[in-house]
Amino acid sequence: MTVGIVVVSHSRALADAAVALAGEMVPSGSVPVRVAAGSSDMTFGTDATEIQRALVSADSASGGDGVVVLMDLGSAILSTEMALELVPDDVRSRVRVASAPLVEGLVVAMITASIGSARERVAADARNALQPKITQLDES
Amino acid sequence: MPATEWTVPLLVDWIRTYADDVAAAADDLTALDSAIGDADHGSNMKRGFAAAVTALDEKPPATCADVLKTTGMSLVSHVGGASGPLYGTFFLRLGAAAGTETTVDATTFGAGLHAALDGVRARGKAEVGDKTLIDALTPAVEAYDAALAKAADPSDDALVDAIAEATKAAAIGRDSTTPLQARRGRASYLGERSVGHQDPGATSMALLFAAAEQVTR
Repeated sequence: MTVGIVVVSHSRALADAAVALAGEMVPSGSVPVRVAAGSSDMTFGTDATEIQRALVSADSASGGDGVVVLMDLGSAILSTEMALELVPDDVRSRVRVASAPLVEGLVVAMITASIGSARERVAADARNALQPKITQLDES
Repeated sequence: MPATEWTVPLLVDWIRTYADDVAAAADDLTALDSAIGDADHGSNMKRGFAAAVTALDEKPPATCADVLKTTGMSLVSHVGGASGPLYGTFFLRLGAAAGTETTVDATTFGAGLHAALDGVRARGKAEVGDKTLIDALTPAVEAYDAALAKAADPSDDALVDAIAEATKAAAIGRDSTTPLQARRGRASYLGERSVGHQDPGATSMALLFAAAEQVTR
């Protein structure tokens, strides 16, 4: 199976676009991705119960391989931590929350997940996702 | 008649009163947040507490814990901003401490406030002086404790007195945020530019205690 990915953002448009951009790098449908983004009235915001549902859904689709979460900032982080309190213990034990930049982290996580890597590896690679940009710009 | 303990209707009254207060203050809270944040604290709190009132209307709570937990879950799913998980955690922890009874006495409510403070602090990783709602909540909980410890008979006017003292302390804590530089939340991105503005979260927290004072006295 394949590690699932949950994208948490203040903006549905931002999350969907990031998923589409990262999705170009992997075979279509190869990684189960769920988006939890925007508040209930379509303004900027995050919703812990929506994240909770996304975590459970992505975990189920991963067939037990678990989930890596990519987030933007602020309440996306607090709501994700809140959501982790709301999911069943076994699901929580299979979730890794990555302190990665959203766009770069998502691209790397999608690629790493698509080749069958374990959730720890997917999360760790996502956390290092800025390295190519740092290397490129420091050399120029 | 001053309340000697919290009851289910009194807690619901607290949430309703605060929902009205926060709706009335929404523009002011958003103005504070537009100075140092993303200009949504007023509208977020108004939406979250309106959702809590709707949820309490739709499924009348049987216990004190029901009131507080229903409120907390409404906030985490409807506020949108960081105040959702923060205020949500406050009410969920307070609800857990309230237990399955239909009344909560002054001592149990004090223990609940401590659990709520610990939960909010752990959720936001903020301490006093970071220019957050913690700057209003922490002195409020300390003042509540001190007032309760002083009360001769904790079953009498202790609750009303302790909440009144907590409300005063929360207001002082709110005012103390103005000269601070933000170290947590969206305002921390502004660095020195956050100095000189009253924190919106501390402001809404002070209002929460004021609403409790209004319904209990």
